[in-house]
Amino acid sequence: MIPTDYYIFLGSGLFTIGVIGVLTRRNVLIILMSIELILNAVNINLVALSQYFKSVDGQVFAIFVITDAAAEAAVGLGLIIALFRNKETVNADEIDLLKW
Amino acid sequence: MLELGTFIIFSVTALVSAVFVITRRNAVHSAIWLTVTLFAVSGIYLLQHAEFLFAVQIILYVGGIMVLFLFVVMLVDIDVALKQARFARQWQVALVTAILLLAIVGYALYNHGQGLNLPARPMVNAPAQNTQAVGMALYQNYMLPVEIASVLLLVAMVGAVIMAKRKLE
Repeated sequence: MIPTDYYIFLGSGLFTIGVIGVLTRRNVLIILMSIELILNAVNINLVALSQYFKSVDGQVFAIFVITDAAAEAAVGLGLIIALFRNKETVNADEIDLLKW
Repeated sequence: MLELGTFIIFSVTALVSAVFVITRRNAVHSAIWLTVTLFAVSGIYLLQHAEFLFAVQIILYVGGIMVLFLFVVMLVDIDVALKQARFARQWQVALVTAILLLAIVGYALYNHGQGLNLPARPMVNAPAQNTQAVGMALYQNYMLPVEIASVLLLVAMVGAVIMAKRKLE
C-alpha cells in the first residue's frame, strides 16, 4: 500500500513541469501539450484522494476533467489551424497584435 | 515492495518523459514523449485500482487527443520551427517562478516531515468492480453533470469545425 503523499508529490512535480512548459516555450502546440500535462497532474491527485477516501467521486471528477481536456484540445487545435492560416506562425511571442 | 517498485518505475517514467515533452525541439517528438507520459499515468491509475479510468486514459487520451495533436503538428509547418529558438525570452524568470512554486507546494506538503498527516486507513478489500461503481455514480448522482458535459462536447465540436473552416462567410 503506497502512501497517498507519494501520489500527491508526483502530481505536484508533473504540475510544475507543465507550468514550466507553458511559461517558457514559444511553440503554441507545445504549450497546449503542457496544459495536458497539468490536467494529468490534477487527475493523479483526484484519483489518489478518491482511493484514500474509498469513494468513486474523485474518479468521476477525473472523467469530467478528461472530457474538458478533449474539448479544450479540439477547440485549441482549431484555433491554432486558423492562426497558422492567417499569421503563418505558431510562435506565441509573435502573436502580439493586441500588445501595446 | 513490488507495488512500490512499480510506482517508482511509472512515476520516474512520467516525470522524465514530461521533461522531454517540454524540451524537445521537434513538436512531433514532444507529442511522442507526451504519449509515453500518458501511458505512465495510466499505469499509476491501474496501481490505484481505478481500472475504468485506466481504460479511458488510454482510449481517449492516447487514442483520441494525441492523434488529433499529431494531425495538427503535421498540418502546421514544422521545418521553420526547427530552426528557431525553442524558448521565449522570459524563460529565466519563468523557470525561477516555477521552481519557487514547486518549493512552496513541496514545503506545504512536506509539513516538517509529517507529510499530509493523513490518518492511515486500512486497505479494505480492493473495490473489485470499479467500472460498475463509476457507472452507477455517473448515471445516478452525476446525471446532470454528464448531460452538461455532453452539451460541452457538442459545443466544442461545432467550435472546432468553425475555427478550422477555410473561410468564414
